[in-house]
Amino acid sequence: MSEAVQEKTLTRRDFVSDQEVKWCPGCGDYAILAQMQKVLPDLGIPRENIVFVSGIGCSSRFPYYMNTYGVHSIHGRAPAIATGLKVANPDLSVWVVTGDGDALSIGGNHFLHCLRRNVDLKVLLFNNRIYGLTKGQYSPTSLEGHQTKSSPMGSIDYPLNPLSVALSAEATFVARAQDSNTKFLGEILRRAAAHKGTAFVEIYQNCVVFNPTAWDHTTNREVKDDNTLYLEDGKPLIYGKDLDKGLRMNGLQPEVVSLNEVDESELIVHSESEDNPHYAYMLSRMECPDMPLPFGVLRSISRPAYDELLLDQVEQAVGQKGEGDLDDLFKSGDTWTVE
Amino acid sequence: MAENAAVSDALGQGHTTDERSSVVILFSGDSGDGMQLTGDQFTNTSAVLGNDVSTFPDFPAEIRAPAGTIAGLSGFQVNFSSDELYTAGDSPQVLVAMNPAALKANLSELDAGGVIIVNTDAFTKNNLSKAGYDSNPLDEHDAFSGYELLKVPLTTITRNALKDIDSLSTKARDKCKNAVALGLVYWIFSRPLETTVRFYQKKFAKMPDVVEANTRALKAGYNYGNTIEAFSGRVSVPSQSVVRPGTYRRITGNEAVVYGLVTAAQKANLPLFFGSYPITPASQILEGLSALKNFDVRTFQAEDEIAAMCSIIGASFGGSLSATASSGPGIALKSEATNLAIVMELPMVIVNVQRGGPSTGLPTKTEQSDLLEVMYGRHGESPIPVIAPATPSECFAYTVEACRIAVRYMTPVFLLSDGYIANSSEPWKIPEVAHIEPIEADYRTDPEGYQPYMRQEETLARPWVVPGTIGMEHRTGGLAKQDGTGNVSYAPEDHEHMVRTRAKKVAQIADFIPDLKVEGPDEGSLLVLGWGGTYGAIREAVARSQAKGYDVARGHLRYLNPFPSNLCEVLKRYKKVLVPELNTGQLSLLIQANFAIKVEKFNKVQGKPFQIREITEHIEKLLD
Repeated sequence: MSEAVQEKTLTRRDFVSDQEVKWCPGCGDYAILAQMQKVLPDLGIPRENIVFVSGIGCSSRFPYYMNTYGVHSIHGRAPAIATGLKVANPDLSVWVVTGDGDALSIGGNHFLHCLRRNVDLKVLLFNNRIYGLTKGQYSPTSLEGHQTKSSPMGSIDYPLNPLSVALSAEATFVARAQDSNTKFLGEILRRAAAHKGTAFVEIYQNCVVFNPTAWDHTTNREVKDDNTLYLEDGKPLIYGKDLDKGLRMNGLQPEVVSLNEVDESELIVHSESEDNPHYAYMLSRMECPDMPLPFGVLRSISRPAYDELLLDQVEQAVGQKGEGDLDDLFKSGDTWTVE
Repeated sequence: MAENAAVSDALGQGHTTDERSSVVILFSGDSGDGMQLTGDQFTNTSAVLGNDVSTFPDFPAEIRAPAGTIAGLSGFQVNFSSDELYTAGDSPQVLVAMNPAALKANLSELDAGGVIIVNTDAFTKNNLSKAGYDSNPLDEHDAFSGYELLKVPLTTITRNALKDIDSLSTKARDKCKNAVALGLVYWIFSRPLETTVRFYQKKFAKMPDVVEANTRALKAGYNYGNTIEAFSGRVSVPSQSVVRPGTYRRITGNEAVVYGLVTAAQKANLPLFFGSYPITPASQILEGLSALKNFDVRTFQAEDEIAAMCSIIGASFGGSLSATASSGPGIALKSEATNLAIVMELPMVIVNVQRGGPSTGLPTKTEQSDLLEVMYGRHGESPIPVIAPATPSECFAYTVEACRIAVRYMTPVFLLSDGYIANSSEPWKIPEVAHIEPIEADYRTDPEGYQPYMRQEETLARPWVVPGTIGMEHRTGGLAKQDGTGNVSYAPEDHEHMVRTRAKKVAQIADFIPDLKVEGPDEGSLLVLGWGGTYGAIREAVARSQAKGYDVARGHLRYLNPFPSNLCEVLKRYKKVLVPELNTGQLSLLIQANFAIKVEKFNKVQGKPFQIREITEHIEKLLD
């Protein structure tokens, strides 16, 4: 039915809705929106088969600006709504757009269970370590001591690490990208789209108004290359402005070594597809300043998707019992007839 | 087997047979004693034999409270009759007590002159003390005067009958004592054993020794009745003489909801999506539907009540007929998402099987205290249709009706059941599937002139457009919006317009639903107005008062929002209106608030259904 449309080449413009974008000037969301609109035409998915589902927060306004199907739902619940949608209509490409508060605080439970079920959804978590839409309270990813409107003496909550949470919840695809590195973000979005099952992407996103320095260490030209590590499957973990640093194992811990002193062959070689998530978890725990922050795909393994398994059972049941017949169903068990 | 029974009958000529039009039996024992199964079997046999039946299971919230205690009792009351039945009976005439606790807890409920069958083997010192008896009541001469006490060593009979079935442990053999009790009761009431033997063969198909043990125990109980001289007589309850022709089966309210949802989906030609979180007393709906995947039923056991509600919103947006089921506490958790469904104007059905509240309350007991919760227990102006079936079998038709209204008006709909009708059973005349009206569920696929919130003139429903439809991409959600375009709008006039439009859409469903019918005089002294699972008790109570010459009529509401359009006018034709409810007056409040008509309240909140006589007394007090 959609062949006619598929033949027509879609462009970025086809994904721009008629709604005026209302994020603050300079907000990192603009870059993510632009990348998404740029990537989608290349995926070969008919536009009418794409749905964006969001919760509440600045990031959750995203669906309004995409000329696809969309639901701007309620706080934290997007994964649950998207699950019902995907099961009802498995041909759709369903994207969940969420934030650190939406996914990890009020929606924590749905986030966990969506990941462990491996529903075929793409979950993009815009992490800015702050509540923006409610104007500046600390979030579940805010760092200890962060002074905000609701933590004037500094936050006493220990923050969650979204990648670690996702890995602990049995996620089959876990990646990290950043709003400012748009080309790389585009690549990660493509990878996520291609994954069968829940693809989780943490996107560092800059809130220019309430937490503008959160990601300075990964965006400042002077220091960013020494603070970030770009992962490539099958390649050794090398980073730094001069690509002169690497990571190797020292006992059970990774350590930073200088390539002037250590041979490349001693370095950890990245592997996305380890069935055991230990290694990916280790990467997720790396934080500045001691270690570089990893970007890219930490984990990508193949496991049947929930929606697929569910529909398989429907098919199996039909195979075993035949297509349901109401007359037979009603008359199952003990019946009696009055003439 | 049938021959065996016939032979036994021939031998038992010393017994007289007494004919009765109806009998209520209460089977009571430890929750591990198999009382639900025993009661169920007795009911099936009686129904197949042509009696009308009505049952009421009563079980503890704990899976296995300490054996032998009153807290651990599980009971099953069955009323079977030659006439039409409306309730499981106010009180039993026969009590089967598997242990001292069962005797202690239920003796006061038993009618004077009633029969008590006790398992004497269970009256050990330990069990007596757990039940709170200082001494064995069976040894006391006058303890049971006014009753007929049958002391039966059920465990001994079981062990003797099964002693050579070596493949089963003593424990496994002892479990068959409920079959001995059932066989004995079958003998007393002249019931054939076939239905139950067939049931054993099917249920334990893979364990032939268990089939053999249960069948043998059943016969042992039957033959015991026949052999010993202790019984004054057998009782026969002839089959009903006037029954509408057709094929019947027994059905509980929860089963009927399952069948109703599957039927509605088939009649709408849509897949059924059911998202739910386990909760007593609604879980059987999730369990029932997950066994029907060959009807393209997609069940989702969600991580919590909120996710269950959200999943059905997603599924409805995706084009499925979707539904969820829960009970009061779960409905509370769903309330935020229910409002999203109301604002997104998508069709779905939310089943609330009410239980005793507030909070965890009485999970296994019945109550009607969530009417105001489903009407008003949400933020903002939040109109939603509410439908309440009156009996277990009505749950079928009204579930289909709830789906029909949901799809026709593009709105979530509440179906209010309760623990009583959910678990009780009665005969259900199996409908002709071909005679059930189709549900018109047309997705819009024409992009020409399409707007997400454009409305049909007659129903005010917006079009159902499913993702995947070319050229109709749109966004919707929880923010206030402009009618027609569906674009986000904070304009004061847009908000007021949408609030009033949603209210009007629900209110005008009154034009689609039938008028309230009254049984009895068209006008007069008293109208008894009920809703939901109190139907049977009210119906029987009013009939009895009418028979005594009281000027009383009766109406039963199935539609609680909107009310039938003639309701106010009907109420005004009577001098008094009595509203019996298992809450502190929730329908009464709605009636008084909507129509400024004073009503007489009659309320009970004990986790138990009304007894017929409680209502009769109240009617007669108002009219005397």
